[in-house]
Amino acid sequence: MRGLGDTFFNLQVIEKYLPALLSGFRVTLALAGAVVTLGILLGLTLAMVRAFRFRVVNWLIVAFVDLFRTLPQLVVLVFAYFGLPYAGITISGFTAATLGLGLVLAAFAEEAFWAAITAIPRGQWEAARSTGLSFAQALGSVVMPQAVRIAIPLLTNRTIAITKGTALASVIAVPEILDKAQSAMSLSSNASPLIIGAGLYLAIFAPFVVFSRWLERRFGWII
Amino acid sequence: MQEFLASFANLESLARIYPLLLQGLQITLLLSLVTVPLAIALGLMIAVLYSFHVRFLNPLLIVYVDAFRAFPVLVLLVLIFYGLPFLGINLAAFPAAVLGIALNNSGYYGEIFRAGIETVPRGQREAARSTGLTAWQTAFSVVLPQAVHNVLAPLAGNTLELIKTTSIATVVALPELLRSARVAQESTYNPTPLTAAALIYFVLLWPLTRLVARLERKMVARQ
Repeated sequence: MRGLGDTFFNLQVIEKYLPALLSGFRVTLALAGAVVTLGILLGLTLAMVRAFRFRVVNWLIVAFVDLFRTLPQLVVLVFAYFGLPYAGITISGFTAATLGLGLVLAAFAEEAFWAAITAIPRGQWEAARSTGLSFAQALGSVVMPQAVRIAIPLLTNRTIAITKGTALASVIAVPEILDKAQSAMSLSSNASPLIIGAGLYLAIFAPFVVFSRWLERRFGWII
Repeated sequence: MQEFLASFANLESLARIYPLLLQGLQITLLLSLVTVPLAIALGLMIAVLYSFHVRFLNPLLIVYVDAFRAFPVLVLLVLIFYGLPFLGINLAAFPAAVLGIALNNSGYYGEIFRAGIETVPRGQREAARSTGLTAWQTAFSVVLPQAVHNVLAPLAGNTLELIKTTSIATVVALPELLRSARVAQESTYNPTPLTAAALIYFVLLWPLTRLVARLERKMVARQ
């Protein structure tokens, strides 16, 4: 063993592969942004639609939520990337990862928002309706602002956990951090790129973990 | 439609590859059975140690927990499987997967148990100690039973997530369910194995998903 520094923190190797790792860093950020946007917005929309209680629509929403809460994220990604082409649908790895992780997050977000909506006391609905607001207005202006506040702490950890899943996109050839780090590692026969990649992930997600701790303390929530 | 079924639910292909899928399912189950208790035990240790409020230990425990919460489990697995050999430590795929997934989830379980312990009033601990129980006896016979009751929902939720996470062992070539399905798909040029694997995951985990949803709704209603 010739010096741990040489193997795990080799400056020459790092200098050579840093640009590739940073481009992976940008892809991870873009993917994470796309997943969170799609997941939260779709989850919020589905929960609000569910509040109207159209029976058939709600069955479909529940089926969607159960399916994507139950299937492992990697199975969803692999299916979207390797399975769909057999149906004549070929999408890029980035699109498959955004869709796959976004739909999984949407399912969890829908559950969180829906649980929050049902936790709002009936009196709130009745008071809002009695002032002349329509159902949609009561939902949008009275119930949702409170429900979102309840759902946020419930959702932060899940959002972080699913967004960390962007690393899974390396399996379907998305050139994000882990993909770049692994190819740099095999090219250089050196572990340094992987260490730097790991550091980049921590740089992205550690602030959010600290933020979620603060939220929990502030709102007195468990997990 | 017929064409669609012929490719995504091809019985002929299914008959040929189902032994492979069953083998994969066995490994997925075995991996879950080994990893869940290990991760829970590690998480419990962390939470109980934290509850003793040893001054210099607690910040370290929080750093441990947060590091694993911020670190993608796939990156951890890649570090263990492809990084450790640089230190002369070669782990086979199965132990590497157990180690990576258990370490990652020990952070999650640790945080869940820790939050649960904090919901138990101090008086409980003081009363137990005053009857002559030791600190460890108090933790395991008085505090933990109440703590676990308060965090059943996230505990069940995390266990579901852990079992789903076992699919990442695909990446280190462990022939679990997803890997077997991929191998079968590539050798038969047909996506039916992927559909079948997704179906197996769904049938296996859906009851747990429903249970978690019910526990979560109860928890939100309580708060």
